[in-house]
Amino acid sequence: MRVEAKILLWLGLFFGIMCAVYWTWSLENAGGVMMFFGTGLCLLPGSYYYWWSRRMGPRAEDDPNATQESGAGYIDAFPGSSIFPFTLGMGAFCIVLAMVFGSWMLVPGLALVIWAALGGIAEGRRGGTR
Amino acid sequence: MELTPQTPKGAPAKSRLRRLATALALPIAGISLSGCTLPGFGAHQSDTTTGQSAYHLWQGFSVGAAIIGAFVIGLILWAVVAYRRKGDTIPKQTQYHVPLEILYTVIPVLIVIVLFVATIVTENKVLAMPKTDVSINANAFQWGWGFTYDNQNAIAVGSTTDSPVMVMPVDTDVKITLTSTDVVHGFYVRDFNFSRYALPGVDNQFTLHATKTGMFFGQCTQLCGLYHSIMYYKVKVVTQAEYQTWLSSFNTPEGKAAADAAKKVLKEQMSAHVPVKTEISRGAN
Amino acid sequence: MTTTAHEIQAEAHDHGHGHAEHHGPRGILNWLTTTDHKIIGLSYTITSVIMLVIGGALAEVIRGQLANPDGHLVTMAQYNQLFTMHGSIMIYLFAGPFAFGALANIIVPIQIGAPDMAFPRLNALSYWLYLTGAITMLLGFFVTGGAANFGWVGYAPLSDAIYSPGAGADLWIGGLMLTGFSAIFTGVNICATVFYLRAPGLTLFRMPIFTWNLLVVSILILLAFPVLTAGLVMLYSDRHLGTHIYTVVGGGSPVLWQHIFWFWGHPEVYILALPFFGMVTEIIPVFSKKPVFGYKGMVFATLTIAALSLGVWAHHMFTTGVVLLPFFSIMSLLIAVPTGIKIFNWIGSMWRGQIWFSAAMLFSIGFVVTFLIGGLTGIYLASPPLDFFTHDTYFIVAHFHSVVMALVIGGMAGLYYWGPKITGYMLNERIGKAQFWLLFIGTQVFTIPQYILGLQGMPRRMAIYPNDPQWQNLNTWSSVGAIMIGISTLLFVINIVASWKKHPAGDNPWDGHTLEWFTTSPPPHHNFFRLPQIRSERPTWDHNHPDAKALAHGKDAH
Repeated sequence: MRVEAKILLWLGLFFGIMCAVYWTWSLENAGGVMMFFGTGLCLLPGSYYYWWSRRMGPRAEDDPNATQESGAGYIDAFPGSSIFPFTLGMGAFCIVLAMVFGSWMLVPGLALVIWAALGGIAEGRRGGTR
Repeated sequence: MELTPQTPKGAPAKSRLRRLATALALPIAGISLSGCTLPGFGAHQSDTTTGQSAYHLWQGFSVGAAIIGAFVIGLILWAVVAYRRKGDTIPKQTQYHVPLEILYTVIPVLIVIVLFVATIVTENKVLAMPKTDVSINANAFQWGWGFTYDNQNAIAVGSTTDSPVMVMPVDTDVKITLTSTDVVHGFYVRDFNFSRYALPGVDNQFTLHATKTGMFFGQCTQLCGLYHSIMYYKVKVVTQAEYQTWLSSFNTPEGKAAADAAKKVLKEQMSAHVPVKTEISRGAN
Repeated sequence: MTTTAHEIQAEAHDHGHGHAEHHGPRGILNWLTTTDHKIIGLSYTITSVIMLVIGGALAEVIRGQLANPDGHLVTMAQYNQLFTMHGSIMIYLFAGPFAFGALANIIVPIQIGAPDMAFPRLNALSYWLYLTGAITMLLGFFVTGGAANFGWVGYAPLSDAIYSPGAGADLWIGGLMLTGFSAIFTGVNICATVFYLRAPGLTLFRMPIFTWNLLVVSILILLAFPVLTAGLVMLYSDRHLGTHIYTVVGGGSPVLWQHIFWFWGHPEVYILALPFFGMVTEIIPVFSKKPVFGYKGMVFATLTIAALSLGVWAHHMFTTGVVLLPFFSIMSLLIAVPTGIKIFNWIGSMWRGQIWFSAAMLFSIGFVVTFLIGGLTGIYLASPPLDFFTHDTYFIVAHFHSVVMALVIGGMAGLYYWGPKITGYMLNERIGKAQFWLLFIGTQVFTIPQYILGLQGMPRRMAIYPNDPQWQNLNTWSSVGAIMIGISTLLFVINIVASWKKHPAGDNPWDGHTLEWFTTSPPPHHNFFRLPQIRSERPTWDHNHPDAKALAHGKDAH
């Protein structure tokens, strides 16, 4: 976890320096603001991972001498199949088409999105499809 | 790592490096001595002073690119020919050679610094704004150009079917103020080795200093809608005397009337914000 | 089916035999409901190759038009739609999704010994958003007024409602939003997968370079794509909700769109390129029977490219006259350094190897050469005075076509290399080699005349051009190259049909280095029945050749 954190923090640091140099030199706001938030987008997860890496020991995947057995145990529940990504995708499709062909497309779009959201959450609670 | 397997294995690294340095230094010295006799690598020598600076920078970059390109292609070809599969033995599993890796990090950095310094020097020449009396306003619109002259009646306006002619004196700094009334256009003259966007809401200023009289072909380079392909104009570089004659031709009563009519056309073009939706027949030119 | 933790453990990390064949729905419903990264990745591959064919067909029409100066084939309005949609399809719908959605989706989880992506359902959603985004954009051809016609960069104010009315432009924006979200979700997914689902012993610095590059690409996606989506929302709002963000008349700034677009657009170039760099970095060492030369240098080069890529966007805007030239010039020039390191590392990987010229290896070398040409011409463009006279001419077109055609060649390398793993059957090597030579030579015949044309002053996006015999001659050569590229793509389709289920590949046809060659071809539902001990970035090689360890200065490198 520590290496992951370091990569993001170093990237964030570099972006931060670049942002400072650019903004003070050019006084151009659009790029300055975008680089500023880019810096934040690296520092935020980077510091989160760093915080976690201090709280927990190295995981099996961080240990160069780990054996396959040391990784045994619960990983996660992976759903075998689910219709809700498709439903949600079609809902988003309808909503985008509503931008072009008229707001009536919002009706099926939102219906599909709400169905997918409710169904997907319920499915997640069950730990996958039955 | 040796460059070729023929290099004696035990040769001390220092002498090998020195030999490499001599081998590299000779062609570079030769090229820098020959100076202007360098080939153009496809680019134009240019008919403005700024364009000539850019052209020389182009030559420098091209020499570098040619040397690096030939070196790398040579390495690839050597590897492909010399190390093709000859059996099933597993070759030596070399993964790291730190001095070599540092070498091919540091040398490119040095090259980049050289290129950057050359760029900055040329850029300062190209973008310099010397004080001058000749000042032309270039207005781009869908799909044509209007050229007006500060403190003069002179004007040239034209769109797709009749390209306007921007007249400017030779051997003089000419300040161009470039604007657009609608979308982004591009002011580009091939023989001047220069282009600049015409941005709505921005006054873009630059200086052209032509070294040769003649008619030069210009064209909009930034996609600006339907007739972008035929948004032409011409730049006519004339002697100082011819330029003055041309300017004064707009001071006669007929000239004034023509200028006023042209100004009206330009004003109409600049206030017409709704683009034409009809399309001229294909292949119109 | 609920895949319990116990099963995953049995499949992914037990030395015993896993028993889990997948028992989900079958047929079309299986495709609609699947969350298996391999099936999603295959869907991505097929969809993006179809987009390549559509975009390529448009390119052939463009080249047909330009073979003649007076524009005999299509009208100017149609031509504007053609090159806009050609660029949009190739960048947004082929190159991007193929780079980080197709092979990445299939290979990354297997290379790190994971049973699936970290968020399988989000992964499926990514695909559906990509597919619907592609359909949305292509719908533009069927509405009144036709498809978007303001170039793939959609510069405001040309893309505003005044200058580009019509549904085609809105569909372009909508399609981009959908594919943009799809990319963001894929980025999240790959980051989480790489950070959390690696097999024991597979530290970050033992990850295959392909996975490394995809991790870096995902970080770049998360930095860049939200900017584009925000920019598109503002563009839509300008078009329909009466705002004036990009229009001068209401106090907005047209240059803002260029800043936003290229702040996404230049990292996007590396988002497109890095996965293909990764593919080639996997292939060259395998077919040279050597470890990748300078593994750590390679990783740092990738990270450096990512770091610099956020500070180079305005080199696309040098001729606007309103950007800070020296800053963007030095940043762009510096990117040549890590890219050069990569090229030297590829050569180092071949050096003193035993190079086996399979189709995949030929494509990889073709990639390096073509990319070298694109990279060297790119250095010119990092210098503002040179950019001034090549900007928006065919020199630029040739430069980025050298680069993206290199990526297509690299992508073909990836398909020939991993195709047997994905399908379980070999592709015909002889057709593959014929395809390579056509594609490689065709690419050069296609781009080199364009470099010359650009220097002679032919601007890009011209439906017609002045009747100059030399220009026509060069354009005709370029069109010949385009036809060669088209035929080579046809050969690829023929190859798939010709070698359909003919020669089973076996688990490890190339003597591969990484974990995907340790499992079956195609891999089982959750990828692995067993895993080797991981002690370097080449676990499968170490397992097969325990005596041939990687060396650093003659000593064991690990």
